[in-house]
Amino acid sequence: MKGRGLSAYALLVYLFLYAPIGLIVLISFNAGRQASSFTGFSLQWYRTAFGNRLMVEALGNSLSIALTSACMAAVMGTMTALALQRVTGWRRVLYDGLIYVALMVPGIVIGIATLIAIATVRDAVNPLLQAVWLDAPRFDLGWGSIVAAHTLFNMALVVVIVRARLAGMDASLMEAAADLNATPWGTFRQVTLPLIAPAILAGFLLAFTFSFDDYVVASFVNGREVTLPLYVFASIRRGVTPEINAIATVVLAVTVALLVLAQLVLRRAQRPRLRAQVPGPGG
Amino acid sequence: METKRLLPIGEAGALPVMKRAGPGRRRAIVTALLLAPSTLWFVALLVMPLVVVLVFSLGERAPAGGYQAGFTFANYLNLPARLTAFTNTLTLAPVGTLLCLVFAYPLAYFLAVKVKRAKLMLLVLVILPFWTSFLLRTYAWIILLSGKGIPSWLAVVGIEGVRLINTPTAVLIGIVYGYLPLMVFPIYVSLERLDKRLLEAAADLYADPIATFRRVTLPLSLPGVVTGCLLVFILLMGEYLIPQLLGGGKVFFIGNALVDLFLQSRNWPFGSAVAIALVVIMIVAVGLATRWAKHQGATREVSLL
Repeated sequence: MKGRGLSAYALLVYLFLYAPIGLIVLISFNAGRQASSFTGFSLQWYRTAFGNRLMVEALGNSLSIALTSACMAAVMGTMTALALQRVTGWRRVLYDGLIYVALMVPGIVIGIATLIAIATVRDAVNPLLQAVWLDAPRFDLGWGSIVAAHTLFNMALVVVIVRARLAGMDASLMEAAADLNATPWGTFRQVTLPLIAPAILAGFLLAFTFSFDDYVVASFVNGREVTLPLYVFASIRRGVTPEINAIATVVLAVTVALLVLAQLVLRRAQRPRLRAQVPGPGG
Repeated sequence: METKRLLPIGEAGALPVMKRAGPGRRRAIVTALLLAPSTLWFVALLVMPLVVVLVFSLGERAPAGGYQAGFTFANYLNLPARLTAFTNTLTLAPVGTLLCLVFAYPLAYFLAVKVKRAKLMLLVLVILPFWTSFLLRTYAWIILLSGKGIPSWLAVVGIEGVRLINTPTAVLIGIVYGYLPLMVFPIYVSLERLDKRLLEAAADLYADPIATFRRVTLPLSLPGVVTGCLLVFILLMGEYLIPQLLGGGKVFFIGNALVDLFLQSRNWPFGSAVAIALVVIMIVAVGLATRWAKHQGATREVSLL
């Protein structure tokens, strides 16, 4: 009885979670312009969306920013997590504090702080640069500052995830490698890295998702650069969204496809072991 | 070559080191090199910007907007001018957190205790919305909550004149929608870890289901509850998009006040003071909550990191 009540409740929650997403997908196929009434099936918004140069550019910017930031965060975060294992005392407290602050301070404050810091540095540095070298690249807000600001949060995220994995790892494995005369680099490459790889991947994916979906931080430090969330926000404010719904549906479809693919790859990777343990079909 | 082989440590070595001058020093250099990029990032993109905000908050607004050097506490004394933003945030953030908890707990319980098959799939379905644009999911709620959405359906069954969009209710719906998955996960993890034999033992000792829940399940899942609440509360304190889109400028948070001060009225010093106040309030609130949780005996597992 109680179990059935809970199941019904869970069903309602899933409905609540997916109804708005379903609505977006539905509207993206709407022949009419109005979101409130469905007038017929059409693919016209997909055509409009991919014919819209500004929007395709924004999508490209978002992809390149998210990819760059997630890669940088994965590498820097892993380096930091590894190094922090050997750091103790006040320096450890300092780094833990910095990671904590980077994760906790709201994006809106990070965005503002980065904006005014870069604006201040820019006003001081650019005249100097120009004095030394007329064609010096100008230090300004844009693609680079979005990547830099995202990487701060993403890096802290990766450190926390990789560190949790390192903490759960058997230190004797590394000892054994050292006993077997492995060089430090060899131990890292052949023992540590394979063990923490899932954590790095998880961190990378979270970082990518955050960066790809971020509006708040980017809205402050974007300069003239437009990312997909910035474009979407502007469209929502103008009330023009059918083509935005089409892009969102495409992104959702790609995400689901990647998840299914990842699941298949994982299954394939695990199959030999599963066969050994569980006889019979499946796995 | 030989000395290289004697190095006892891998890059990731958490081993006790032989304190020899050579290897020890090398180790320190490697550690420093590994930390160099992140240290640069922390200094240039976290510490320095926050210091700049602190300095700006003590300055004055330049006539054309922006910042002019100065040393005054006037911006802080002026904070009550944005009191509504603070009271809105400090009421709707805790209420929103609580609502998330109330709606998330039964689902987490269901997933952890009741579900036997397709558990992974059901879990993935909880987080999948996170991979779609937050903006668009919130936008979908604009459509659902505005005149032609839910209110018009309610009118069909005879409940007329319901206004949802641009009300605190709309903001709360958006909050529960956006942050429910984040609350479900930590609670799920702590319930999953719970030893099911404890529940059987309680039943054997003639505890009725409600008593079992109150005296066994709930206390043991408290770490997850606290983690989830802190996570959601922290994010809500800095929330900007949900009140912007669903509150329509009528229900605004500190985040909305900040955007207004920085991008519209360009009063950077006052905006900086508001930002500092927000961070201070957050640190105090989270500190108090953590301390309370520790008091409740959930000490060991309460951690955001």
